[in-house]
Amino acid sequence: MLTKTQGPTALITPRDWSSHSPYLYPGYKSTAKRGPTKPLIPLKAVLGELNQPVYGHDSIGELDHDLTRNARKNGEPIGERMVLAGRVVDERGRPVRNTLIELWQANACGRYVHKVDQHDAPLDPNFLGAGRCLTDDEGRYRFLTIKPGAYPWGNHRNAWRPQHIHLSLFGQHFASRLVTQMYFPGDPLLQYDPIFQGTPEKARGRLVADFTLDLTEEGYALGYQFDIVLRGADETPFENKK
Amino acid sequence: MSDNLMSAQRDSFGQTPSQTVGPYFAYGLTSEQYRYDFDQPFDAVLAYPHAQGEHIRLEGVVYDGDGAPITDAMIEIHQADASGHYVQASAEPRATAVKSGFRGFGRTGTGTDAQARFQFDTVKPGAEGTGQAPHIHVIVLMRGMLVHAFTRVYFSDEAEANAADPVLQAVPAERRDTLVAQRSEAGGRVVYRFDIHMQGPKETVFFDL
Repeated sequence: MLTKTQGPTALITPRDWSSHSPYLYPGYKSTAKRGPTKPLIPLKAVLGELNQPVYGHDSIGELDHDLTRNARKNGEPIGERMVLAGRVVDERGRPVRNTLIELWQANACGRYVHKVDQHDAPLDPNFLGAGRCLTDDEGRYRFLTIKPGAYPWGNHRNAWRPQHIHLSLFGQHFASRLVTQMYFPGDPLLQYDPIFQGTPEKARGRLVADFTLDLTEEGYALGYQFDIVLRGADETPFENKK
Repeated sequence: MSDNLMSAQRDSFGQTPSQTVGPYFAYGLTSEQYRYDFDQPFDAVLAYPHAQGEHIRLEGVVYDGDGAPITDAMIEIHQADASGHYVQASAEPRATAVKSGFRGFGRTGTGTDAQARFQFDTVKPGAEGTGQAPHIHVIVLMRGMLVHAFTRVYFSDEAEANAADPVLQAVPAERRDTLVAQRSEAGGRVVYRFDIHMQGPKETVFFDL
């Protein structure tokens, strides 16, 4: 017999491991010594215990969302301007409001500002490649940036990362934390990239943004839409077999 | 509609897959710590001097499967205050500093310390009154992890509470020690040491949270 449990049963939906890479993925060599090897211990996440930090007006600077302006020294950054925008929702399609999105990326030449990036491509004095913004009441966000370049890395012979933008999100709860990468439609490097390919095939398409004229600003910047789905409250009442 | 198309539509919506934080997160996520010209909303200080409770440092090294220290990991922690309450953590350190002095959430990279340690300045969390021993929630991210890992810090001077903690009890007995930070005191500072072993005989317990 099925009985419904009453009360605030705000469990967070579990991590859907059919949508995420395994810890150990042989194509991506660094996983071999860094991914946990023993089974994870199950732990339930309950909404309200570990809420995400709150952000006020002081948290976000006026130009934090605009990477074409937030690090200018003596001119404009070089490269193709683009809008990256979309919605952050939970698995039931409800907007995730007022949540922090942090973003970092290479410049148009495929070079990161980071001190350990030794790729022989120029830095751009007017581009840092870091930004942040908050989602609005509909879960919407919007960045203005420069399309990042592809770059080589040492994973295997002639390895190149596809063009991508790193994104970090909190969501409602400690358990909904997500760090991901957004890719561009039609990139021929996607088929060779073990970081992208580590994701189960059915979910890989969720990592690829859509080009859209709706977000494109005429005469100024191309528009890409990237919607993000986070774990959220699972409001279906529990059904326990007696 | 073809089966393939229906399948594609069904699979196009779902949890956005996790991807690695990669080697170059520092100037985006921990920029002030690594001395980049961009402010960061969270850092390694969870408790300012006037926060109530026992002030502690939580520190440790993250080791890979060869036992080598990892210098490009990022650690985030979330914890209750000294009275066992989860404050609504704020991304505004100045606002927090003039109020309770306790932020609840912290973030640091392992790339700026000569010994590759992460080091958080916080207060020891109180028991939450839920039967669980005092603990700190931890997220581990790094290049070479396509999905971040969750773990917990318990405290070596809470043996009785640890023995009754339902989460610790769900962990195989021989692995529980990997979740217990060891207390020491030196120069008037209380330090809890919590090394994280990604693999090997001392592999830290990670949770499917």
